Amino acid sequence: MMRDLPASIDDTVDLLNSARYVADRALATVVFLSLRMGRPLFLEGEAGVGKTEIAKVLADALGRRLIRLQCYEGLDVASAVYEWNYPAQMVEIRLAEASGDIDRERMTGDIFSERFLIKRPLLQALEAPDGLAPVLLIDELDRTDEAFEAFLLEVLSDFQVTVPELETIVAEHPPIVIITSNRTREVHDALKRRCLYHWVGYPDTARELAIVEARAPEAAGDLAQEVVAFVQALRGEDLFKRPGVAETLDWVSALHELDRVALDPATINDTLGVLLKYQDDIARMEGSEAQRLLSQIQAELKAEANR
Amino acid sequence: MTASPMSPQGPAGPDDEGGRLAENIVHFARLLREAGLSVGPGQILDALQAARAGCLRGREDFYWALHSVFVTARDQHPVFDQAFKAFWRQPRMLEQLMALMLPEIAIKANPPKKRSGERRLGEAMFDEANAPRREQQQEVELDASFSFSADELLRRKDFEQMSVEEQAEARAAIARLRLDRVEVPTRRFTPSHAGTRVDLRRTMRSSLRSGGDLIDLQWRARQTREPPLVVLCDISGSMSGYTRMFLHFLHALTNDRDRVQVFLFGTRLTNITRQLERRDVDEALDAVSETVEDWSGGTRIGHCLREFNYLWARRVLTQGAHVLIITDGLDREDAGDLELEMARLKRAARRVVWLNPLLRFDGFEARARGIRTMLPHVDEFRPVHNLESLEDLASALSYSRKAEYDPRRWLEKARAA
Repeated sequence: MMRDLPASIDDTVDLLNSARYVADRALATVVFLSLRMGRPLFLEGEAGVGKTEIAKVLADALGRRLIRLQCYEGLDVASAVYEWNYPAQMVEIRLAEASGDIDRERMTGDIFSERFLIKRPLLQALEAPDGLAPVLLIDELDRTDEAFEAFLLEVLSDFQVTVPELETIVAEHPPIVIITSNRTREVHDALKRRCLYHWVGYPDTARELAIVEARAPEAAGDLAQEVVAFVQALRGEDLFKRPGVAETLDWVSALHELDRVALDPATINDTLGVLLKYQDDIARMEGSEAQRLLSQIQAELKAEANR
Repeated sequence: MTASPMSPQGPAGPDDEGGRLAENIVHFARLLREAGLSVGPGQILDALQAARAGCLRGREDFYWALHSVFVTARDQHPVFDQAFKAFWRQPRMLEQLMALMLPEIAIKANPPKKRSGERRLGEAMFDEANAPRREQQQEVELDASFSFSADELLRRKDFEQMSVEEQAEARAAIARLRLDRVEVPTRRFTPSHAGTRVDLRRTMRSSLRSGGDLIDLQWRARQTREPPLVVLCDISGSMSGYTRMFLHFLHALTNDRDRVQVFLFGTRLTNITRQLERRDVDEALDAVSETVEDWSGGTRIGHCLREFNYLWARRVLTQGAHVLIITDGLDREDAGDLELEMARLKRAARRVVWLNPLLRFDGFEARARGIRTMLPHVDEFRPVHNLESLEDLASALSYSRKAEYDPRRWLEKARAA
């Protein structure tokens, strides 16, 4: 399924909704502008708020190929951009020798030709079969080091890659680029400036409820409401790592698997590990604290229902 | 729009051609720049393009369109928000704000600003060998308008400028430190004759040079690199005698190697890395002195470490960072918090070194509660008996695993006593 780029912000909201991504107006505006202006989109935010998901959803909804580059420390050109196929090159040299046909100039040209080039994600992203540029997801850019970041500057501003032995490869149709960062390190300003920046925060209650309904429709209405209210309240507590939307969805499906239709203190204690990932946080919230939060949100929900 | 459409600070009114968008965006960008955001001409063009992308329906869309271009970090959001509201909604409000801020600006401008390097310039021009040596005393003045909290003493510090001699000393100390750097292997490779892995790409190219008859293996080895360093330095009252020297040293260190993050703490935590990055030491220290508000006050180590762990640890303690804590460990707060936060810090950092400069006496024992709480959570404990020069500081920072730096030794001693 292929779709044209959205023509307006409302269109963008619809597009994302159609792929079950509930975006607020701010995010939709930035996505729209990024598509319209052909600029990379730089998304920063806590873990589990749906940064990576945007790229997947866009690729899905627009009917584009998704090319993902997962960053890690020491990521280099050979694994991110291209690599020569050395064994095949060696064989080629031996064959040329065996046939006694050794012309140095020509052989260099033969050996370093596109035939022996292994394309890695960044180079793949510059290709657009059928004129459809892919979606390039550069995930968790903060995990790599400054050297790679500097390299990205060329790719992201001109959408080109220079292979010294071959040529400079320029993208005919620039890819749709989404960069995500968990901010475990500050990414350099020079790179951010080439992108449109957006901080993805935790959603408010209404939007989180919409997300749960879109992504986990099996959860009963009341349960979803309680879960969202509880997680929202939990984010207000003094925690080392606050739960993201991904955790909410995990929790909903965990409770669904346990056949729960409402929250109770015992269940919360047993499943707290789905929401909180640090022992200190779990120890703080277990038992009476969880109970206090639960009765607080239940009272609030009841008051709202009565109104 | 209001009565003064041509006002350079507020948005200009629409002209006959229907809109002064470009002009307004330029003014808005200048306002942002004055508010401290780094906004360049490239971004102004982008903003214009974004605003003209069409389909911006109403104010909120316009807000987020400009936001995505001008804001490049989360902490800039509040500034942008204020500026946007002031500029695009109520042009009058901006004038009022300026009027409100003016007296403050006037007061700040009053004290004659020391030009950086003044002292060095003076020394270069006049032979100071015979002149009486200026006393190495730090001037502390209380800024009444800032002491709004009973618990905190917020002060300004006026550092004496650095002398030529001191600067030479700092350079020498850094040079010495360079000799015993710790480097950790990275995942990158570099060409090397002594390497243990074959560099296929270079091998291929060099063998083609000889026509392919001879495959001459080329080698590569792992690159090494200094790990990131995070310095947490205590500037409370009990440490005030050393502060100036520490800052000189930290300035030299920040300019010498990459990936250094420096935090100062007393009753609150301040990141001064950006301020220290200025090349001129006097300028850097002036900037630091303006940023930090709790000079020579009390100490809340547990509280500050907690702030560090929550707000910064995940951002700066990556890629195997080493942590250097400079404090006397005399904490006036609850030890429970301190214990928890030290343990957390230890788990997040590859190596924690504690430099304790207050221990001037050879007969030092780890008796104070804060010290006993922190000791189990550091890899190295370095009491410095006589810390009077940068030279001593540099040698204390050098990496050697001597038994005398083992924190357990001090703990056992304290237990025996």
